[in-house]
Amino acid sequence: MSTTSTSLDSPRMLPESVRQKIEAYIPRYPSKRAVTLPALHIVHSHFRCVPYQAMKEIAEILEIAPAEVADTMSFYGFFPQAPLGDVRVWVCRSISCMLRGGDELLEHACKKLNIEAGQTTSDGKLTVEFAECLGICDHAPAALADDGRAYGPLDEAGVEKMLEELKKGPVPPESL
Amino acid sequence: MAAFEPVLSRNWNNPDILSVKTYESKGGYAASRKALTTMSPDNVVDLVKASELRGRGGAGFPTGLKWSFLPKDRKETFMCINGDESEPATFNNRYLVEKDPHQFIEGILIGCYATKANTAYVYLRFEYIKAIHILEQAIAEARAAGHLGKNIYGSGFDLEIWCHRGAGAYICGEETGLIESLEGKRGWPRIKPPFPAIEGAFRKPTVVNNIETLACVPHIVERGADWFKSMGTPKSYGPKLYTISGQVNKQVCVELPLGVTTNQLLEDHAGGVWKGRKAKAAVPGGISMGILKKEEFDIPLDFEEIRKTGCLGLGTAAVTIMDDQTRIIDYLYNTTRFFAHESCGQCTPCREGTGWLYKTVKRIRSGGGRIEDLDLMSHLANNMGITPGTTICGLADGAAWPIKNALAKYRDELEDFIKHNQNPDYKITAGQDAISKGQSPLPTNTSMFVPGIGLAKSLSN
Repeated sequence: MSTTSTSLDSPRMLPESVRQKIEAYIPRYPSKRAVTLPALHIVHSHFRCVPYQAMKEIAEILEIAPAEVADTMSFYGFFPQAPLGDVRVWVCRSISCMLRGGDELLEHACKKLNIEAGQTTSDGKLTVEFAECLGICDHAPAALADDGRAYGPLDEAGVEKMLEELKKGPVPPESL
Repeated sequence: MAAFEPVLSRNWNNPDILSVKTYESKGGYAASRKALTTMSPDNVVDLVKASELRGRGGAGFPTGLKWSFLPKDRKETFMCINGDESEPATFNNRYLVEKDPHQFIEGILIGCYATKANTAYVYLRFEYIKAIHILEQAIAEARAAGHLGKNIYGSGFDLEIWCHRGAGAYICGEETGLIESLEGKRGWPRIKPPFPAIEGAFRKPTVVNNIETLACVPHIVERGADWFKSMGTPKSYGPKLYTISGQVNKQVCVELPLGVTTNQLLEDHAGGVWKGRKAKAAVPGGISMGILKKEEFDIPLDFEEIRKTGCLGLGTAAVTIMDDQTRIIDYLYNTTRFFAHESCGQCTPCREGTGWLYKTVKRIRSGGGRIEDLDLMSHLANNMGITPGTTICGLADGAAWPIKNALAKYRDELEDFIKHNQNPDYKITAGQDAISKGQSPLPTNTSMFVPGIGLAKSLSN
């Protein structure tokens, strides 16, 4: 299930900077458990995944059971346990995008990269996933990178151009 | 009728409006100052009640009434702002946050003052990365300018606003699912009562409001309830952001008085159907609401009239247009796939029902359909949801409505499709329903730990 050792005395994996970021959220909520999602996001953006050992350490910081973190983490579609590519891109397949070719464009993107939806390219640069509505239907058929760059309306050539651009790596939020 | 003057979107063409100074220079934060320094919280509640503002998130519940359900003797109140906006084809809240964040913050401030909430959580879906960035900056600026923090405008009222990011779950747009998610748990909706007003976030009285709902509030404070009620149709007052997408020439978000028609949106704002084709049908307000036939395009899109078409309601006023070459079976394939993926898995009729509807539609679409499948789908759809009383939340109603509407309005087409699309190689095997023969490009070995595939999926397959 996990690539990380799960024994109780595993070496700590969360660096101090990550722990501090998580702890900074605690005063915002009346319960520490409410920091679960922010903590998962912080860990995810650091490691590009949330390994089991990290879940245990989040649980320790928030004074809850590791199973509670795992339960929350596994409910959401967002947190993988093995690292994603440098950029994760979602191709939308919901109604407005579907009507304009979204399903076919997802297939095209996967074929171009020689992967299936949900997989990462062998060079570790890109992960392609389908998405249910991304809320950027004014760009339908649309795609969204996990650094916030939105693409669309896309056609096959547009998908290829997007993939080339995304292979260069993520951009900071200020540049959006 | 006087010419309609947009208010919610009035600053959208001004990129400088992201700065608090520019927003103030355009009269911004005057309404919040007026409310906090010249009105009592109850005055504000009464004003919003008088305006008959109804929640813009989908259900259309009267906002002032919702606020008045809070217990009078409460010691602490939380405000949760629902920015999970995941209903397919909906993007008006994203526009409100990205293009005029201070209008939204001003709405939160007045809403929190009225409800005596000193902490507000803005639950934004993770995918709104740019919006979160813009909003967090705007909150910091508003705090520095004295619109947030302690003793705002010397009124003695304190407010902190925190952004809380979702993680890709449609169900968190349901208000109690959102609260559970905020508390750090899976987003499983709660049984009501108790309603959030009595026992919500962290077991305290809580108001959950939609972004657009709160964005209306400063304008009501500034211009009054009568102004608000001068727009719209009976029981559906005020301005509304409509989004139009799908098979049109121009996909847009446009502010109009409540009660415009699909035809007006299509012809006046979306540039007509794409590729010179004709319209066949429309989704009136997110896919949960069902489907409108071309012949119903003149029905006002408001909280009341739309129901006469058999649709569930106005929903998010996100209109998706389908052209005359679109097959209803593909529409159903899309909607059932969506809900099978997004059911949270808590209630069996929804978890299993959405899964079986998807498998059945997929089989029909792949050439393995039987006419009696349509009755099976109708039976399933009629027995899942709040309407028949078998589920905790309305997700299943939303999943059932496209099926119910399609069977009522397009049964002939569906029967015709089944008759003329029989694939002799398609075998229905017991228990499996030949799901692996489908046309989805997705891998079939998905499990709960594959990104994008939720728990519900692993349970329902």
